[in-house]
Amino acid sequence: MTIAPFVRLTAIAAPFAEAQIDTDVIFPARFLLLMEKAGLGRHLFHERRARGGFVLDVPPWDKAQILVTGPDFGTGSSREQAVWSLVDFGIRCVIGTSFGEIFFANCFRSCVLPIVLPAADHACVLADAEAGRPLTVDLPAQRIVLADATTIAFDVEPHRKAALLEGLDEIGAILRDDAQDIAAFEAAQKAARPWLYLTPGQLACFDDIKESEDD
Amino acid sequence: MANLQEQHSSDPRPPRTLYDKVWDAHVVKSYADGTDLLYIDRHLVQEVSSPQAFAGLVAAGRVMRRPELHIAVADHAVPTRNRHVALREGLAAAQVARLHQNTRRHGIPHIPMRDRRHGIVHVIGPELGFTLPGVTLVCGDSHTSTHGAFGALSFGIGASECECVFSAQVLRQRRQKRMRVTITGSLQPGVTVKDIILSLIALVGVGGGVGHAIEYAGPTVRAMSMEARMTLCNMTIEAGARVGMVAPDDKTLDWVRGRPLAPLPQDEPAALRDWATLCSDPGALFDREIAIDAGALAPHVSWGTTPEESLPVTARVPDPAAVADPARRARMERSLAYMGLTPGTALTDIAIDRVFIGSCTNGRLEDLRRAAGVIRGRHVAAGVAAIVVPGSAQVRAAAEAEGLDRIFTDAGFEWREAGCSMCVAMNDDRLTEGERCASTSNRNFEGRQGKGGRTHLMSPEMAAAAALTGRLCDVREGTA
Ligand code: SF4
Repeated sequence: MTIAPFVRLTAIAAPFAEAQIDTDVIFPARFLLLMEKAGLGRHLFHERRARGGFVLDVPPWDKAQILVTGPDFGTGSSREQAVWSLVDFGIRCVIGTSFGEIFFANCFRSCVLPIVLPAADHACVLADAEAGRPLTVDLPAQRIVLADATTIAFDVEPHRKAALLEGLDEIGAILRDDAQDIAAFEAAQKAARPWLYLTPGQLACFDDIKESEDD
Repeated sequence: MANLQEQHSSDPRPPRTLYDKVWDAHVVKSYADGTDLLYIDRHLVQEVSSPQAFAGLVAAGRVMRRPELHIAVADHAVPTRNRHVALREGLAAAQVARLHQNTRRHGIPHIPMRDRRHGIVHVIGPELGFTLPGVTLVCGDSHTSTHGAFGALSFGIGASECECVFSAQVLRQRRQKRMRVTITGSLQPGVTVKDIILSLIALVGVGGGVGHAIEYAGPTVRAMSMEARMTLCNMTIEAGARVGMVAPDDKTLDWVRGRPLAPLPQDEPAALRDWATLCSDPGALFDREIAIDAGALAPHVSWGTTPEESLPVTARVPDPAAVADPARRARMERSLAYMGLTPGTALTDIAIDRVFIGSCTNGRLEDLRRAAGVIRGRHVAAGVAAIVVPGSAQVRAAAEAEGLDRIFTDAGFEWREAGCSMCVAMNDDRLTEGERCASTSNRNFEGRQGKGGRTHLMSPEMAAAAALTGRLCDVREGTA
C-alpha cells in the first residue's frame, strides 16, 4: 500500500467521540488472520457497523476523511490493522483529546495524522463534524480551519511532520544515513557487552527442532 | 550485588533511573529534535503482526540485518487441542504457515507448535534466556512490557516498526517520562499481584500511564517471584504505559542462569557486574510517583469493558447515575449494557458460564499452582465450562510433572496445549454471544474473547473459585 504524503486536507469529519475506543473495537481480532492491508476497511469498527446506522455508514460521513474521536482512542493492542483499516476506509486524520501510544505511533507509518487537542478546541471541531461541515487540516501551518474560518493550532513532532509532508520512507532514510553509526554502535557494544551477541554454539540449542510442513 | 553497586557510586553523572540507564546504553545517535535512534538487542516475532513486516522487507529489496536476534513463534492462532488435525486449512493455518515460510526464507529461528519450547512469546522469551536484564527487547505485541520484569527495556511496536527492526535493528524513539510505583505491605491470603495491577489501572485509568515508563519498586516488589513481576509488568500496557520495569536482583539471576541463551560462563562475571548497576540511583528523579499499600487490597474483578473498570470483589456494580461527568457516565452505561449488568448488583451475585485460566498474564507455573490449590479435590459447578491453557509447553510439562493436570481434569477442567487461546479468541477457543467468562487474561474489551462475549478479569485463584461456585466469588471466603 503506497500512501500519499499528507499536506493539506479539506474533508468531512465523522464524529465518533465515545471514550476509550480500544483497537479491538476498531478492528476485531478475528480479522487479524487476514494478511493483506488492502480491503481491511470492510472490517473497520466491524461490530458497531453490523448493528446498522454507524456514523461512517451514514451520509455525509460515509465520505469522511477525518475522524473526530473521544479520549483514549486506540488504546490496547498494538495491531497496526487498526490504522490500515482506517486508511483503507479513507480516513487520513484523527482528531482526539488523547490516544493509545502505539496506535499514535502507528498512524504516522501510514501517513495518517493524529492530532491531540485540548478539550475546548476539540469541542469546536466535534461540533463542526456533527453538523457535517467540512474542515481543513493544514499540516505545514499546523492548524485546523473550521467552517466559520476559526483556526485552531496543533502540535506535531518536527521529524514526524517532515515525514508526513514528504511521504518519507523512514527505514530507507535510516539505512542510507545511519548505517555507519549503527555499525559503530554494534562494534562498541560487542566489546563492552559480549553476552548480547548470541554465538553459533548458543543458537545450536535450536538444532533439534523438527519442522513439519503444517507447523 | 550490594558491593558492586557501591563501586559505581563514584560515577560523576547525576543520579539516573533504571529506565534511563538502559536507554542511555542503547543510543546509536541523537537527533536535534530530542529523539534518539535506539539499538534493539532482541526481537520476538509472532504470526499476527509479522506477515506485513516481512512483506515490506521483501518489497523494498532489503535483508535482515541480524537474523540471530529474532525468534519467531506462532501463538495467537494455533489450536490448543486436536493439534494433529486442527491446523490443516483455513486462515489460521495460512498465517501459521506464512510465519514458517518467512522464518526459513530470512534465516531466523522458528519454534514450531509441536516443539517442547513452544508457547506464548512473552512466556518463552524468559524461558529461553532470550530475555535478559538490561537489553532492549521489542515485539509486535503490546504485552511486550512483560519482559521489563527482568530489568529489560521492552515495549510493544506496530508491524511497520517490526520491519524497521528487521532491516536496521534500530528504532527512532523519544524518551518517555518516568513514573515510579512504590508498592509496600504484605498481600493478604487470597490476594495476588493481579489484584495490585488491577487496582493500579483502576486508579490511574487506561490512559494514565501514556507517555511514561513505569518502574515498580518497594519491598512488596522485591518479595515477588519472577512470575509475579512478569504479571505486573505485563499489564502495565493496560494503564497506557508501554514500558514497565523492575530492577534485577538475585531472583532475576537465579531465573536467568542456566537458560539456553543466557550469558556463557566466560561472559557471566562481566554480565553480573553490568546488571548490578541496573537500578535507579538514590535521588534519581521521577516525573510522577504513586504509592500502593498492597496490604490493604482485596481481590479485584473487572465489571466493565476496560481494565480500569475493576473493583474489589466485595463491591457492587457501580451506578452511572451517581457519576457527574457526562462522558464518563456514557462510557459506564455502554459498559453495563454490553456486560448485561444492573447497577447495584453485588459482584458476587454475577453468574458465569465459562472459565479461562491462561494467557501471558497468568499462564505460568506459579499461576497454575495457585489455581490448582483452590480446586484440589473439588469440582467445577454444573453448567460451567472451564479450561486451563498453559502459557508454554514447558509450563505444561512442569505442571504435569507435579500432577497439576490431574487436579484440574479431576475437577472437570479441560487441560489444553499452550497458546494465547481464549485471551484473544483467534483460534477456536472463544465465547459465544452473551456468554460470561471468569478469565485470568488481561483485556475485557468488547468482543475480546469472542463476539458478544463478556469478560471478567481476575487472578487465577479467583477464576478457580468462580469455576467451583459458578459465580464471581471472594476466594478468601472459601468456596463452599
Ligand atoms: S496471551 Fe493474550 S495478551 Fe498475551 S500475547 Fe497472547 S493474545 Fe496477546
